[in-house]
Order: sequence, then C-alpha cells, then structure tokens
Amino acid sequence: MIKVQKQRINVSEQNRNLLKKRIGAVVNFIGVARPLNNSGKIKYIEIEHYPKMTEKKIKEIEVFASKKWKLNHCIIIHRYGKIKPGENIVYVGTAAQHRNNAFKACEFIIDYLKVKAPFWKIEQQNNKKTYVKSKKKDEKKIKVNY
Amino acid sequence: MKIVYFSWLKEILGISEENVRPPKNIKNIKDLIKWLGTKSIKHRKVFLKSKNIRCSVNHQIVDKNNKIKNNDEIAFFPPFTGG
Repeated sequence: MIKVQKQRINVSEQNRNLLKKRIGAVVNFIGVARPLNNSGKIKYIEIEHYPKMTEKKIKEIEVFASKKWKLNHCIIIHRYGKIKPGENIVYVGTAAQHRNNAFKACEFIIDYLKVKAPFWKIEQQNNKKTYVKSKKKDEKKIKVNY
Repeated sequence: MKIVYFSWLKEILGISEENVRPPKNIKNIKDLIKWLGTKSIKHRKVFLKSKNIRCSVNHQIVDKNNKIKNNDEIAFFPPFTGG
C-alpha cells in the first residue's frame, strides 16, 4: 500500500495493519524531521513532490522489494508540505515470514526512496531557507536497476 | 511542449511550468537546455548550473541525450532529497 499525504502518519494504525496479517516478522522505519541542522534551529521543513511521478516511482520500489524479499505485505507512506521538527516524514513497514527478509526489504525501500522518488526538502530557519542537497553516500547505496 | 520546474529552479524562475515551442533543430534534452538558457536572464542562471539538474520526460527519468517531441512533458529538478 502506497500513500503520499499531507497529514501526519498514524504509525500505530499502520503497524496494526501489518500485524493483522499474522506473519512471522514486521519491521518498520520512521523518518523524523530534525530540530537542528549545521547552522542552527529548524522552524520547519517543507517537502515538495512531483505528483504525476511520485506514486509511480514508489510503486516500482515496492514491487521490486516485495518480490525480492517475498514480502507478505508492505506499506510506504511519504508526507509532503510543511512538517515541524519531531513529526514523522516517512513510514516504511514490511511484513514477511522471517525477520531477515523484513529487515532487508525495509532498508532497501528507504534507501531507494531517498534517491529514486521525486521529493525535495527545504529547511526553514528564522531568516534562512535552505534547499537540502542530496548526499553522495545515499547515491552510492543504489546498486540495483529494476 | 510543457516544461515543469521544481525546487530551487522554480524559485529562481518564479514559475512552476511553461509551454514552449522550441525550433526544429532542438532534438534532445541537451539541445533544449541550451535553448532554454537563452530565454531570459533567470533561465540562463538556472541552466548554467545544468550539471546539477536532472530531468524526466513524461515522468520517466532520462539522460540528457534523450530525444524529445512536441507533446512531451519535460521536468527539470535537482537530485531528490526525500525520505
């Protein structure tokens, strides 16, 4: 299940959805907005995305990971718009028969989301707006073409 | 041809999209970037930094040698920073 939404992610509800599947392992990752960057306090971040492309790119990642790690269920939710420090940004939940596959799939999905899904972040401070730059180390993790 | 801009490109240009009619000799993304860079001072500022710009044609990420057609939706943006 994939969602791109403005509102906060209800993590408990999503975990319940995964646990309903009665499988062996559930893993989740929650990305959270940081309160600080290198130059100080962040008031909020703002995430922009390319609506016509976003869900399609996330779906490609989900399909690949679900097949490779034999997932029973997978939930990916990414937010856009203004997000305050401490609020969740992204939720990835994977459910599989065994923990190894659930862990590996979850890590793969978040790594690929960062580099392959069309989202852009701005960090807003008191008098300063910064476009977040992509990190080389994130791009280096991308080794699979699907 | 519809051109869509995101992130700092959109801010510098002051627009999120525009419809353009490039001359017939504009055959691929590389040509289009050169041509768009001549449209205004703002466009020049954006496309001078074209090494840091990625693009998609009809929602598929492509490289700069990709051919383009009149009815394409072409988007320009910096590398993604979600997650």
